[in-house]
Amino acid sequence: MLEIKDLHATVEGSEILKGITLTINPGEVHAIMGPNGAGKSTLSAVLAGRDGYEVTQGSITFDGKDLMEMEVEERAQAGLLMGFQYPVEIPGVKNIYLLKSALNAQRAAQGLDEMPAPEFMKLIKEKISFMKMDSSFLHRAVNEGFSGGEKKRNEILQMLVLQPKLALLDEIDSGLDIDAMKVVAEGVNSLRDENRAILMVTHYQRLLNHITPDQVHVLIDGRIAKSGDRHLAEELEARGYEWVIEEPAA
Amino acid sequence: MATEAMEQLARREYKQGFVTDIESDTVPPGLDESVIAFISEKKGEPQWMLDWRLEAYHQWLKMTSPSWAHLDYPPIDYQAISYFSAPKKPEDRPQSLDEVDPKLLETYEKLGIPLHERAALAGVAVDAVFDSVSVTTTFRERLAEAGVIFCSISEAIREYPELVRQYLGSVVPQGDNYFAALNSAVFTDGSFVYIPEGVTCPMELSTYFRINAANTGQFERTLIVCDKRAQVSYLEGCTAPQRDENQLHAAVVELVALEDAYIKYSTVQNWYPGDEDGKGGIYNFVTKRGDCRGDRSRISWTQVETGSAITWKYPSCLLRGNDSKGEFYSVAVTNGRQQADTGTKMIHIGKNTSSTIVSKGIAAGKSNQSYRGLVKVSPRATGSRNFTQCDSLLIGDKCGAHTFPYQEIGNSRSTIEHEATTSKIGDDQLFYCKSRGISEEDAVSMIVNGFCKDVFQELPMEFAVEAEALLSVTLEGSVG
Repeated sequence: MLEIKDLHATVEGSEILKGITLTINPGEVHAIMGPNGAGKSTLSAVLAGRDGYEVTQGSITFDGKDLMEMEVEERAQAGLLMGFQYPVEIPGVKNIYLLKSALNAQRAAQGLDEMPAPEFMKLIKEKISFMKMDSSFLHRAVNEGFSGGEKKRNEILQMLVLQPKLALLDEIDSGLDIDAMKVVAEGVNSLRDENRAILMVTHYQRLLNHITPDQVHVLIDGRIAKSGDRHLAEELEARGYEWVIEEPAA
Repeated sequence: MATEAMEQLARREYKQGFVTDIESDTVPPGLDESVIAFISEKKGEPQWMLDWRLEAYHQWLKMTSPSWAHLDYPPIDYQAISYFSAPKKPEDRPQSLDEVDPKLLETYEKLGIPLHERAALAGVAVDAVFDSVSVTTTFRERLAEAGVIFCSISEAIREYPELVRQYLGSVVPQGDNYFAALNSAVFTDGSFVYIPEGVTCPMELSTYFRINAANTGQFERTLIVCDKRAQVSYLEGCTAPQRDENQLHAAVVELVALEDAYIKYSTVQNWYPGDEDGKGGIYNFVTKRGDCRGDRSRISWTQVETGSAITWKYPSCLLRGNDSKGEFYSVAVTNGRQQADTGTKMIHIGKNTSSTIVSKGIAAGKSNQSYRGLVKVSPRATGSRNFTQCDSLLIGDKCGAHTFPYQEIGNSRSTIEHEATTSKIGDDQLFYCKSRGISEEDAVSMIVNGFCKDVFQELPMEFAVEAEALLSVTLEGSVG
C-alpha cells in the first residue's frame, strides 16, 4: 500500500531524512519511534505534503501511484489521511461543516454524489458517540477552544468518518490523559481491518499498549536503525534509544 | 484612463448626432440648468420638483468632490457625462455573448445564472426575455390589497406628489454631500415605497420585480416611508455581476421610519469591478441614510458589497425617536484592484437609543479597503448604547485593510463598546483543510463564509445562500 524507497529529504537545505526504506501492506499497523530530532515529524510532513520539505532522492508510492506527484488534497481524497499532533483552530467554521466538506470532496473524487443529509447525520451521530464526544462539538468552530484531548478525539472522529486506507497518526498520544488515550486508541483500533493500514509516529511506548503494532521501527538520525515486532517497543521503553544508536546498523 | 474612455464614448455619441432636440431621448454630455429642465420635463414633473432639482444643482456647483476617503481615482469630468439617455440603442450594445468579457461569462457560469439571463445582465442586445408580466401583476394586486405603494420614483412624483414632497430630501438634504447634491439635481430612476399605518408588507419588496427596473439608473433615487407600526423588508441588487455603460453611479436612498415602524434594507451590490487591471469598473458613490423619526422605530441595513471598482458608501441611521434602534451589518469583499471605503454613521439623538454595527471586511489580491464609522451620541441621548464589531480578514500580502472608527460621545450615561480584529487566512489553516481532501478554493470559501456568518444570518434566506456562492466566486484564485 505504501512503499518508501531510499527517501532523502531536506528542510531549509539541511538533510533530515537520509535514506528511509519502508513497506506497509494492507492490514498492517506500523509504529515509528525514535528520539527527538531523529526525523519523525519530517517523515510525517513529507507524507502529508507540507510545504518547505524537499525530497531530494528516493520515491514514495501509495497504492501504486507516485505520492510526490499528488497534491495535498489528492492524497487525502485517495485515502491517505493525517492525524495532526497540533490540529489548527479555524474560527467561524463549524466542525460539522468541515466534516461534510471533507466527506463530499472524497466522494466527488470517487465519482459519487454528495451524501444525502439524513444519511450523513446518522453517520456522524454514530461516530461521535463512539468517540464519547458530545454532539455540541459538531456546532463548535473547528478546534477552537478545544482542550488537547478534545482536539485529538476530533482528529480520530474525522478518520472514522472519512475511513482512510492509510491513517497517519503523528504523536496522537501527546497531551492525552489515560481516559482520553483509551478512547482515542479504541477509535484507531476500530479502523483496523485487512484492507487498511495505520502508521503511527510516537515518542512513547505507552500508546502501543493500547494499539498493538505489527511492526516497530526505530528512526535515528534520518534512518531506520532497527525494525522488529511489538517487543522492540517494550525493549526501547526499558532501555531507551542509546543501545540502538551504539549497535551497528542492521 | 477611465475618464478618457468615458469622454471618448461621449464624443462618439455626440458625433453620431444624438443631439438636443426635445424629440430625442438623449441629451449631449454636460450639465447645466437646461439639461435639468429637460429631465424634469421628460419625466412630466410638476414645477416644485424642477425647482427642487435646480436648488440642488446650485448647491452642487459650490461644492467640491470629497477627498478624505482612502481611495485613488482620476478626477471625474462631470461635463463629459450625459445625464439623460434612453437605453442604449441595440446596435451600440454587444451583439452577442462572444463580444463580452469572457471572465464575466465564466462568473455567470459559476453562479449558475440561467443562460437566457446572462445575455441580459451582460448588456447584450436581446429581446426582453424575462417572463415577468404575470408575476408582476399578481404581485401588484397583493400589494394594492394591503395598501402598499411600490412604484418608480418618477411615477410617485406624478401620482403621489404630497407624499413625495413631504419626505423627499427630508433625510438626505439636497446639499448633504457632493454626490447627493448631484443626484438630487439629475436623478432619473429609483423606487418609492409607502407602507401605511399598521401594515406589515405582505412580501419582501425587491427592485427586481418593479416594472421598468431592468435598467437601473446611473443616478438612482429611492425613498421608503414606513408609517406608524408598519414593517417592510426591501431587497436591492442581485448577486450576478451587472455591467452598465455608465461608469459613475451616485445613488441616494432615504428611509423614514415613524413610530414603532421597522425597515429592513438588504443590499447585494455586485457591479462590474473592471477587468484584471481594474479598467471599466463601476464607481459607486452612494448616500444611504435612514431616519428613525418615531419612538421605538427600527432601521436595519444589511449589505454585501463585492462589486465595483470603487465603493464609497456609508449607510447611516439618525436615531431621533426615543428607544429607536439602528443596525448595520456589512460584508465587504475586495479583490483584484478594487477599492472600497465603506462603513456607517449612527447618530444617537433620542433617549435610550441603541445601535449595533457588525462590519466584516475581506481583502484579497491587490485590493484596498477601509471601514469608516462614526458613533455620535448627543448630550440629550442619555441611556444610549452602541456595540461595534469590526473585523478584517486578509488573504495574501498585497492587500490592505484599514479601520477608522470615530466616536463623539456627548453624555456620560451612555455605553459604547468597540471590538476590532484583523486576521489573515493562515497557511496552516489551508493546509489542514487540504489534508482533509478539501481544495484550497473551497477551504478559503469555507473560512470566509465562517467569518461572515454573523452578517449572512441577517440576510433574507435565499439572499444568504446566493451571497455565500458569490463570495467564493469573488475570491476565486485569490490565494497563492
